[in-house]
Amino acid sequence: MRVRGANHYNLTTLLQWLLGRMPIGWLQLVSNKLRFFAAGTGVAFACILVFVQLGMMGSFSQATRSTYRILNADIMISASDSNGLTDGSNVARRRMFQALAVPGVKEALPVFVGKTFWLQEDGNRMELTVIGLDPTRVSFVGPVLDQVDVLQLTNHALLDRRSRGLKPEQLKGVSPQTPLLLEANHQLLTVAGTISLGGGFAGDGFLIVSDQTFLRLFPARSSAAPNHILLNVESGQNPEVVAAQIAESLAVDSIQVRSFFRAVEDDVIYQTTRRPVGLIFGFGVAIGTLVGLVIVYQILSTDVADHLSEYATFKAMGYPASFFRSVVLEEAVVLALVGFFPALLVTLGIYSVMAKATGLPIAMNFERAALVLGGTVLACSISGFLAMRKLTHADPADLF
Amino acid sequence: MSLLNLPDPVVVAGLNHSFGSGAAKVQTLFDVHLQIKRGKLTTLVGPSGSGKTTLLTLMGCLREIQEGSVQLLGHELFGATTSTLNAMRRRLGFIFQAHNLHESLTALQNVRMGLEVHGKSKRNEFDAAAAHILTQLGLGERLHYRPAKLSGGQKQRVAVARALVGNPEIVFADEPTAALDRETGLRTVMMLKRLGELRGTTTVMVTHDNRILDLADRILRMEEGRIVDDR
Repeated sequence: MRVRGANHYNLTTLLQWLLGRMPIGWLQLVSNKLRFFAAGTGVAFACILVFVQLGMMGSFSQATRSTYRILNADIMISASDSNGLTDGSNVARRRMFQALAVPGVKEALPVFVGKTFWLQEDGNRMELTVIGLDPTRVSFVGPVLDQVDVLQLTNHALLDRRSRGLKPEQLKGVSPQTPLLLEANHQLLTVAGTISLGGGFAGDGFLIVSDQTFLRLFPARSSAAPNHILLNVESGQNPEVVAAQIAESLAVDSIQVRSFFRAVEDDVIYQTTRRPVGLIFGFGVAIGTLVGLVIVYQILSTDVADHLSEYATFKAMGYPASFFRSVVLEEAVVLALVGFFPALLVTLGIYSVMAKATGLPIAMNFERAALVLGGTVLACSISGFLAMRKLTHADPADLF
Repeated sequence: MSLLNLPDPVVVAGLNHSFGSGAAKVQTLFDVHLQIKRGKLTTLVGPSGSGKTTLLTLMGCLREIQEGSVQLLGHELFGATTSTLNAMRRRLGFIFQAHNLHESLTALQNVRMGLEVHGKSKRNEFDAAAAHILTQLGLGERLHYRPAKLSGGQKQRVAVARALVGNPEIVFADEPTAALDRETGLRTVMMLKRLGELRGTTTVMVTHDNRILDLADRILRMEEGRIVDDR
């Protein structure tokens, strides 16, 4: 006998095929559309909360890593109190010469870092992180500094075109022939080109200058006391091994010698786990997850309570406990998916707005989307398992 | 061997049952002995509180046996494990007074649940089998209606279909005709009786409905936890 309308609900048929049984959980959820919508919205809200926090944390990491793309080195020597490129005490330049004496070290470069302000004509005040290095030492120049040659001219600079507070038209057409002039630290600087980094959390943007221009901008600073010393090793040498040899050779507590890769990773870890702002974002992820757990638990436990007599009937018919677990789990996974995908779409919009407003590199990537999807399914499943405790109250003897 | 020559599907011996504990303990069944013949329609009658439903739930594996013995389809229920009880329940059919249909499922899907419990074999035939029995019960035009869109009598017929679709060996029914009109009630009981004759399905029914007593093969009257009359 062919049953007319049996395939009316295509999604139900698909789920029936996937589960190998009637999708009771799905049918229960969609039978109360208002509650289903509220549940999906609640899960979506929690997902968005987590996505935004992870987006901020991700941009934090990415912004931190991006900063290092200005440079190219195997080893970095910094002050022992330095947690990243833009903080910490100075390093005595003589450490550079001592390091050069260690076998395996090929070349060295001092790097200067400072902060300055650019007061624009409209009154907008931008805080710029200034990085000074010798532009002739191209082996230490990172991939983003493709116009480094212009820095050889006195008081010339490259400005981060993704700086916060900078209007796109201000840098339109900027070139060595048609530069932008800006005044900072009582010096007139010629912006002859741009780089693309993004504001980050340390300031509104970056300004790259030669070491000579840097010392002109910051007269209190000395060429004998850079912020960091970059080293390249001989071909075939392991930077980690050479860094350890330098540390042993110098044997001073006031500095730390790390491979460039390790220095970058340490900075990211510090920014995301030890700085208050990083901790706040991590806390936000935890809160978002907790909100999702509570919402789904409430929905599922109410749903189980509402269907106790029906579950008791199924028990009387001989359905085993595993059947009820799979129904509640099915509901949890459906809620997770129904909440996740709209949240993903909304988040893409939020990221776009946030990136424009802050200049931070906030963007969705596959890993984050997969992580949140997996986390949502897991959190919903945990809520489902907690809600299952109510199933023990479904006593088939009570049906008579 | 004829189905009717098989051992009695229900054998109850020395069955006692109580609710509550301590000073609040109330005994509802007293030393009940009973044997039910295969393929027969047996009715349990008696006033409220006489222990009919308690006896029905004990025979139907829905309550734990406290004292005495219930042999169901050759299996002792006293001390039986949960998995054994579940396996036994799958060989039974239940018809509840309050139909207990799943409100989120259509009539067809509710009846299908009576088949899915038996496993994955012939899954593609489930819908056809469910539709067939619903049509037999006069619900061919209501297959895709949810319980909220069905009358009380129609819901009860869906519940009957759900209980019978899996070809149970014993049907336990609690006031199955209470919500049905005379004609449908008689048709339902006739169907149960015919199943007994054709397949050897045994029916044990609690009822106050005098209209169907004439159809019963055996009437057991209970009072105060004891069987006081057996006709």
